[in-house]
Amino acid sequence: MFSNPDLQKLLFGRLTLDAVPLHEPILLVTFAMVGLGGLVVLGGLTYFRLWGPLWRDWFTSVDHKKIGIMYIVLALVMLLRGFADALMMRAQQAMAFGANEGYLPPHHYDQIFTAHGVIMIFFVAMPLVTGLMNYVVPLQIGARDVAFPFLNNFSFWMTVSGALTVMASLFVGEFARTGWLAYPPLSGPAMSPGVGVDYYIWALQIAGIGTLLSGINLIATIVKMRAPGMSMMRMPIFTWTSLCTNILIVAAFPVLTAVLSMLSLDRYVGTHFFSNDLGGNPMMYVNLVWIWGHPEVYILILPAFGVFSEIVATFSRKRLFGYASMVYATVVITILSYLVWLHHFFTMGSGASVNSFFGITTMIISIPTGAKIFNWLFTMYRGRIDFDVPMLWTVGFMVTFTVGGMTGVLLAVPPADFVLHNSLFLVAHFHNVIIGGVLFGMLAGITYWFPKAFGYKLDPFWGKTSFWFWLTGFWFAFMPLYILGLMGVTRRVQHFDDPSLQIWFVIAAFGAFLILLGIASFIVTLVVSFLRREELRDLTGDPWNGRTLEWATSSPPPDYNFAFTPVVHDHDAWWDMKKRGYVRPVSGFNKIHMPRSTAAGIILGMLSIVFSFAMIWYIWWLAALSFVALAVVTIGHTFNYARDFYIPVDEVVRTENARTALLAERV
Amino acid sequence: MTVRILRPLLLLPVFGLLSGCNMVLMQPSGDIAMRQRDLILASTGLMLLIIIPVIAATLFFAWRYRASNKAATYDPDWHHSTHLEVLIWSAPLVIVIALGALTWISTHTLDPYRPLSRLDASRPLPKDVKPLVVEVVALDWKWLFFYPDQGIATVNEIAAPVDVPITFKITAATVMNSFFIPALAGQIYAMPGMETKLHAVINKPGTFEGMSANYSGSGFSRMNFRFVGLDQAGFDAWVAKAKAADKPLSRDAYLELERPSEREPVTFYSSVDPGLYGRVLNMCAVPGKMCMHEMMAIDAKGGAGKDSHANRARLEYDNRYAERGDEGNAATVGGSGRSSHSPEQPQGMKPKSTAPEVKPHSGSDHSGHDHSGHATGAGDAAPAGDGTKSDGPGGTDPVAPGQLNK
Repeated sequence: MFSNPDLQKLLFGRLTLDAVPLHEPILLVTFAMVGLGGLVVLGGLTYFRLWGPLWRDWFTSVDHKKIGIMYIVLALVMLLRGFADALMMRAQQAMAFGANEGYLPPHHYDQIFTAHGVIMIFFVAMPLVTGLMNYVVPLQIGARDVAFPFLNNFSFWMTVSGALTVMASLFVGEFARTGWLAYPPLSGPAMSPGVGVDYYIWALQIAGIGTLLSGINLIATIVKMRAPGMSMMRMPIFTWTSLCTNILIVAAFPVLTAVLSMLSLDRYVGTHFFSNDLGGNPMMYVNLVWIWGHPEVYILILPAFGVFSEIVATFSRKRLFGYASMVYATVVITILSYLVWLHHFFTMGSGASVNSFFGITTMIISIPTGAKIFNWLFTMYRGRIDFDVPMLWTVGFMVTFTVGGMTGVLLAVPPADFVLHNSLFLVAHFHNVIIGGVLFGMLAGITYWFPKAFGYKLDPFWGKTSFWFWLTGFWFAFMPLYILGLMGVTRRVQHFDDPSLQIWFVIAAFGAFLILLGIASFIVTLVVSFLRREELRDLTGDPWNGRTLEWATSSPPPDYNFAFTPVVHDHDAWWDMKKRGYVRPVSGFNKIHMPRSTAAGIILGMLSIVFSFAMIWYIWWLAALSFVALAVVTIGHTFNYARDFYIPVDEVVRTENARTALLAERV
Repeated sequence: MTVRILRPLLLLPVFGLLSGCNMVLMQPSGDIAMRQRDLILASTGLMLLIIIPVIAATLFFAWRYRASNKAATYDPDWHHSTHLEVLIWSAPLVIVIALGALTWISTHTLDPYRPLSRLDASRPLPKDVKPLVVEVVALDWKWLFFYPDQGIATVNEIAAPVDVPITFKITAATVMNSFFIPALAGQIYAMPGMETKLHAVINKPGTFEGMSANYSGSGFSRMNFRFVGLDQAGFDAWVAKAKAADKPLSRDAYLELERPSEREPVTFYSSVDPGLYGRVLNMCAVPGKMCMHEMMAIDAKGGAGKDSHANRARLEYDNRYAERGDEGNAATVGGSGRSSHSPEQPQGMKPKSTAPEVKPHSGSDHSGHDHSGHATGAGDAAPAGDGTKSDGPGGTDPVAPGQLNK
């Protein structure tokens, strides 16, 4: 390209045309699909003149509701990518036996399992959880927004930047081939030269900043912005679990940031934190990364527990059984989640006493978790259960997650772990709790709160179809993996010699296909519900006969959420208000103080992509330039004093009167 | 409802399948693995005491208290019961106390570092028995076994006499692996510059599968080895066979063996350079390098201060792949010498039947790389299993790809 290689290196770092995978058919098809899809979306946006609204009302919005929805959209898009990886792995393992090498050579397969793990945890599960918390928590506590609205927008765009960085590795360069936690020395500069691990590091670092800031934001929101009368022990359980999750985020994510920074120093400047030689110690990485990694598991599952607690009470038409013990269970899990990390590497050679200590602390976590399951069970007891789609997810979860919990405790017994560690049994276990727990919880939560966000329910037929495909698909996909684990089959294997294993992989691939139908049905649900939105419309704002404050306002809520801040007298504030004959005020409105939209978040996010891309490809001038730009925009934004505005009283009156009229029509 | 009741019947064919498959963890051949199996079964049984009632109650309550069943009691304000609260916290607690006790005891008795105390459930350890010592090195991507007492070494096959305790000392050359023979005992990590230990015994003669259980780069999937349980006479014959191989494992031979390769055929070495395992463990197999234990001895005496800088180059270890021009285990574009998602196999991997072996500069001709996994032609590539040793790409690859992030 250039006759002068030095000049090329100066301008493009190690980026060359070789980095674009032009001879890989799978990727070329993906390119074409993404390109076509992108053109359709861009064309549609232009044709319908949506660029302006998209920019003004969404990308630059600091409204927690819109940011929450955008998080969930991001997660669903990334779910498609992560699941495509899953299908490719299942297909490879179903065919690669004996002389058949399958269709993925090891160095592609390795990238796929790494990307699958990274994407599913960081860019599907995390945005789902953060998105749902963002949407629901301020409404549940009767607040008008989060504590730091701009920070919220910035956090979202940092998460997007991380996701886009991972996606970029598909089209320019390659992704890490190290497994989703990138253990050194394999991920060090000697064994993983090239851009793969650098993509991994920068994607996680940038998204990690977003996650950490959003954690701080939500803690401040929950601690400082609850409606009058909502003491800690009157908070809805979802808010409680969100609080605990965000405390975990704030305490755990800095560890990940630190450990990845040390790995970057090893890779970029030749330090020896985690090398074999010169005093480095890879075992330190393994410890540190799991000190983040185990709390991370609870960061994901606690909000799901919260969702189920809300749903099971609502659809059993009954107050949640054992509110206090539910809260204590959540807090106990939060604390204990820091005392178990070593169970991820019993096989690294610790002594028997250390191993048993961490094994037993792990088992102790099952006590509060078990208490939670019992509490849901006794909430159903003497209830009047409506099996709407969210409740189906909840019952599916209770059965599935219990099994996953059992295999988890089994893995916590160190000598049992010695034979099950790194096996497909382990893979089945954590999919059992993450799909059966986190994902079921998030899909239940989306179905439950969708009418709040959009004013119409999701179509129940397609919702049920999706549920049954997911549930059966899960069991078909992962029960064979438990069995294969007991047959001594380990994870991350690209090819097998023993043909007797094949049948199980074929069953698992069939299960993955069922899950594909589940995902497709979920997308159909969204489309069909949109088309039938007038039939599914809910005008009351309270379609499920809900119990908590988010159901007290209209659906979708006005920008300011509540015209008057509600006053709380009991648990289940809205249920209590309804019971006591609450009358919605129709006059006496005031102007409302609100935060103003800003483009700073998206600009910083996009600059971060440029910065990480430049760092990954060693384009130092661009890295320096984008870093300076980041600093300038950040500092510049602090001089932006137009942070807030008042919604004039006329507008509030107009909005509220429209709702009064709508509600009157219904009666 | 009948559907739900009949659903368990759907599982019946699964049990049929299960009986047909070899769940090695459930039918192991070594005492340690057998005790680990018993522990899995006991723990599972303990947990099922609570799991089965919970699942049954979930399904029962869901059915019993469905909205359409107006006959069921409806008590919307019932939300607390001290008795139940005590029960739901204490029932799991009791199980966890039992399981915790089991865990504490079994973790200590089955500690891989602990020498055996019995041969199997019915036989204690004979008084004067001398354990077989095997030193294990995880290489990229094959296993090297030293038999210090027999003076031999092997690649990708270990043998041990039945009912004789085995002491494994385990390390690795470059990255973390995990040494795992499911039929014999649980796994333990193999890490460079460190030694882990495993004590085990095989109770039945036979050939068993061994593997790396921790992902270690390109050739990981083919990093398998054989573990053979033999009677004493058979073992002696096996050692004699190794001795007769007339192939010494010198330092140079080791350094050649260490380079990345996969599906290495079983190889016997009739003799071993003295102290070679110690050099591998101390990361000083390359001549001129300082051994870690020497450095530690210097440090134990207070360190060499500024003078230790002179030792720095002698202590560098991770850079030797780069110095030799070998490809890193998980190299990606920018460090692998291959273009992005190239069909070319990483260094050390056997070529696939139809994939181009060497970096394709001719471009479009190579668009159709192997997607079908055709059966390999004769001599074209090493077939699955133990083939004869082929030269592999090492013999034909003209240029080893460039290395570091430069």
